Amino acid sequence: MGTEEAVVIGAGPAGLFAAYELLLAGADVTLIDRAAQAGGQLVKQTHKFFGSKEHYASIRGIDIRHRLEHALEKNGDGRLRTLYSTTVAGFYADGALACVKAERYYRLHPEVVVVATGASERTVAFAGNDLPGVYAAGAVQTLMNEQGIRPGNRALMVGSGNIGLIVAYQLMQAGIQVERVVEAADEIGGYQVHASKLRRLGVPIETKTTIKRAFGTNQVEGAEIWRLDAKGEGIAGSEERLTVDTVCLAVGLSPLVELLSQLSVDTRFIPEFGGVAPVLDETYMTSRPGVFACGDVANVEEASTAMVEGRLAGIHAAGYLNRQIPRRKEKIQALETSLRTLRSGPASEHVRKGLRKVGEHA
Amino acid sequence: MDKRDVIVCRCSDLTLADLEALFNTGYKTFEELKRIARIGMGPCQGTTCGPIVRSAIHRRFKEPIERIPLHRARPFNIGIKLGAIKEAADDES
Ligand SMILES: Cc1cc2nc3c(=O)[nH]c(=O)nc-3n(C[C@H](O)[C@H](O)[C@H](O)COP(=O)(O)OP(=O)(O)OC[C@H]3O[C@@H](n4cnc5c(N)ncnc54)[C@H](O)[C@@H]3O)c2cc1C
Ligand code: FES
Repeated sequence: MGTEEAVVIGAGPAGLFAAYELLLAGADVTLIDRAAQAGGQLVKQTHKFFGSKEHYASIRGIDIRHRLEHALEKNGDGRLRTLYSTTVAGFYADGALACVKAERYYRLHPEVVVVATGASERTVAFAGNDLPGVYAAGAVQTLMNEQGIRPGNRALMVGSGNIGLIVAYQLMQAGIQVERVVEAADEIGGYQVHASKLRRLGVPIETKTTIKRAFGTNQVEGAEIWRLDAKGEGIAGSEERLTVDTVCLAVGLSPLVELLSQLSVDTRFIPEFGGVAPVLDETYMTSRPGVFACGDVANVEEASTAMVEGRLAGIHAAGYLNRQIPRRKEKIQALETSLRTLRSGPASEHVRKGLRKVGEHA
Repeated sequence: MDKRDVIVCRCSDLTLADLEALFNTGYKTFEELKRIARIGMGPCQGTTCGPIVRSAIHRRFKEPIERIPLHRARPFNIGIKLGAIKEAADDES
């Protein structure tokens, strides 16, 4: 049937840029997101981005989103259809997408699909982890930064990657006392700049430490943390009680591969990418011809790399549709170089390791 | 730590104690656990409990974590009313 030429699922940085390149190449594009507006994770990010100018450094996440939407409208030329507040609920073997908006259900039959569904937050198992007051960091950001709601008054942050550090800082900015940041690993996971900002506010960060349990009657009234030995087991007797009403979990993200899993494309467990990720060829195509993936759903990384991957996936998807792109080769080369530059720092060592693994098995 | 207080699958209200009891009965893959205990069949479709169950299987059976498969997701990933599907089918035909 092929009623739609190109469908992009997810309007985060990766999906927006994939749509942008497809539009530039002359394709008709349907961009779908279950959220009410475009932006993906960017919507929650009130902090200024790090990285190079070319990749929107020192601009706030929320403002990047506005620029992207503007660029899409300008180049859309009437060929862009956006379906927001719409969830892709199923991806069938015959290539059909099941879409749901409020009470309405319908199917699309696209020629190519770019899956840019991002990642989902992981949680950890500890006693009392179902008490109200235990949140994932993304939920805390949605409450505070999007809805203007304080999640509590005193918080424990579990995890010291960039997300844990940034959200801990945002909690402090919102007037919520962060009692402690605990990190199970030997070292702080995120960038020094973020850790230093917290330290200046007097927030202690403890490594080799994790949450043992949260307690309380109807909601979190406190938490117990304990130190971990070399094997990662809790050390009895090292427990410390904190009086907190909020436990915030920032323990990592996993690619949101549910739609790709429904389609049964080849996947692999790659810890460096955040978990189970689709196997992609050098054109960002999955094992299913005409289905591409980019951004966090392919490899949990950063908005900056998601944008470049989105552009590359968009260009290759346009190529699959036999759309002509002027100076295509040079464009792809420049984008690939830019990806390599973004991934050249010490913080990207895990990504390079993951990519080497994928390369070995490609 | 009381394992009955550790929720593994919050959608289906399964605790670590429940999970270990299932391990003892002989269930040891995600697909089996899904069929017997509805683990991974809740509103989140296993995105929350999947990684937790995988590390529990890893700790219990000492299998390398990268070789422990999760389940194959199936449509739909959210709840849809039958009436809505019927309406769409009527429109399509
Ligand atoms: C606290 C925090 C701070 C960060 N800081 C930085 C930073 O300073 N610099 C940087 O480069 N990166 C940063 N990042 C990372 C960056 O936000 C992500 O890597 C990036 O947003 C990934 O882009 P994406 O387009 O792949 O996915 P997302 O932004 O997650 O977008 C995915 C979209 O897909 C939609 N979707 C998913 N499933 C469906 C479905 N079934 N149907 C319809 N729609 C669906 C979602 O609603 C979402 O809008 C930060 C992340 C966090 C959480
Ligand atoms: S937590 Fe198990 S299905 Fe949602």
